[in-house]
Amino acid sequence: MEKHDAKRVAIIIEAIMESRLRQALEGAGVTGFSVLPVLGGSGRSGNWRRDDTVSRGGGMVQVICIIRPEKLDRMLEAAFEVVDRHIGVVTISDCQVLRADRF
Amino acid sequence: MQDVLSLAAQNLLSPIVLFFVLGVGAALARSDLTIPEAVAKGISLYLLFAIGFKGGVAVSNNGIDLTLGMTLMAGVILSFVLPFIAFGLLRWISQLSRTDAAAVAGHYGSISIVTFVAATSVLQSSGIVAEGYMVAVAAAMEAPAIFSALLLVSSGGKGRLDGALIREILLNGSIVLLVGSFFIGWITGAEGMAKIEALIVSPFQGVLCLFLLDMGLVAGRGLKQGRAVLRPGPLVFGMLMPVIGSCLGLAFALMIGLSLGGAVLLMVLAASASYIAVPAAMRVALPEANPSVYLTLSLGVTFPFNLTLGIPLYLAMASAVHGG
Repeated sequence: MEKHDAKRVAIIIEAIMESRLRQALEGAGVTGFSVLPVLGGSGRSGNWRRDDTVSRGGGMVQVICIIRPEKLDRMLEAAFEVVDRHIGVVTISDCQVLRADRF
Repeated sequence: MQDVLSLAAQNLLSPIVLFFVLGVGAALARSDLTIPEAVAKGISLYLLFAIGFKGGVAVSNNGIDLTLGMTLMAGVILSFVLPFIAFGLLRWISQLSRTDAAAVAGHYGSISIVTFVAATSVLQSSGIVAEGYMVAVAAAMEAPAIFSALLLVSSGGKGRLDGALIREILLNGSIVLLVGSFFIGWITGAEGMAKIEALIVSPFQGVLCLFLLDMGLVAGRGLKQGRAVLRPGPLVFGMLMPVIGSCLGLAFALMIGLSLGGAVLLMVLAASASYIAVPAAMRVALPEANPSVYLTLSLGVTFPFNLTLGIPLYLAMASAVHGG
């Protein structure tokens, strides 16, 4: 079966910033992504658990998108505009997909 | 003095406060007791719906007068002005940076709807009636403080307020449900209340207890996480600022001519600090501010203070000077 190279970008960001990140990704031509809830974690601001957050500003989400390598820079520039000043982690990894026309 | 102590003791031994204490204790003892997120959200929606609707029905029954507009205006002024006082006090008694102090200050101009609900519950159990429209005043006091906080840091070039954020602040789900329920209660009146009172009157106290258990768990775990924040200066601020706010609230209430119950509720609104709407706005507009500072102070210090000692204190203060 033929496999195609792609990039997997995972962005963990505050839940309150999710809608802004979505807009930025769509503006950069990203056609699909998934949003997952983050149950808790630990970082420079200390430990936290989703069940213990009373504020919409407290939780985090992970936005995952898989895109063609040639779209990566434009997508990262758009995402960085949103995440620059905020708590979060951006990771990029290589992956392979079977149906390249979908990305 | 005897009355104040008796009222404070009565309040401390009420189910809502004891469930809150249970939550704090369980969290500090590292119990795995947790209210699932969806349940807590559902309970929060129920309380907003019930308090908004009951306020609307009270307005429908008693009608409105000039004091409604004046009280709304007083609420907006209090919400806008209190952050400047809080900022000055914080910069004086704590080592917080300008950005952190402004973010904290914004929380103290806005309100805690749970504290408001707890205060209405105390008034109800004491047989004191308040103006139904105080719910609308609570909603009006959510947002102005956020603008004050951003004004306080704008000289440093920080703070980002865009159209999307303004829309999110003004149309956040809690405000929409609270104000929407208020208007539905106002429109449908006693007839509407008769149809749904089985849902929003009898179960209210029990649901409030469950919510305060959750708030206790969240506050207790927040206190554990934010211990580093609790230096003497911010700690004193967290208990002094509510008293200052309540005095201003009382002054406005006397000027407007609110009833004793209305005066207490305006004091509670001015004394309480936000931990839902403002933290969310601060994370968007002022991400450089440390969230553990403002969340620990508003949720871990001021909220328990108001719930246990503040509400009976404000009721005693208002009773002493109100004369009616």
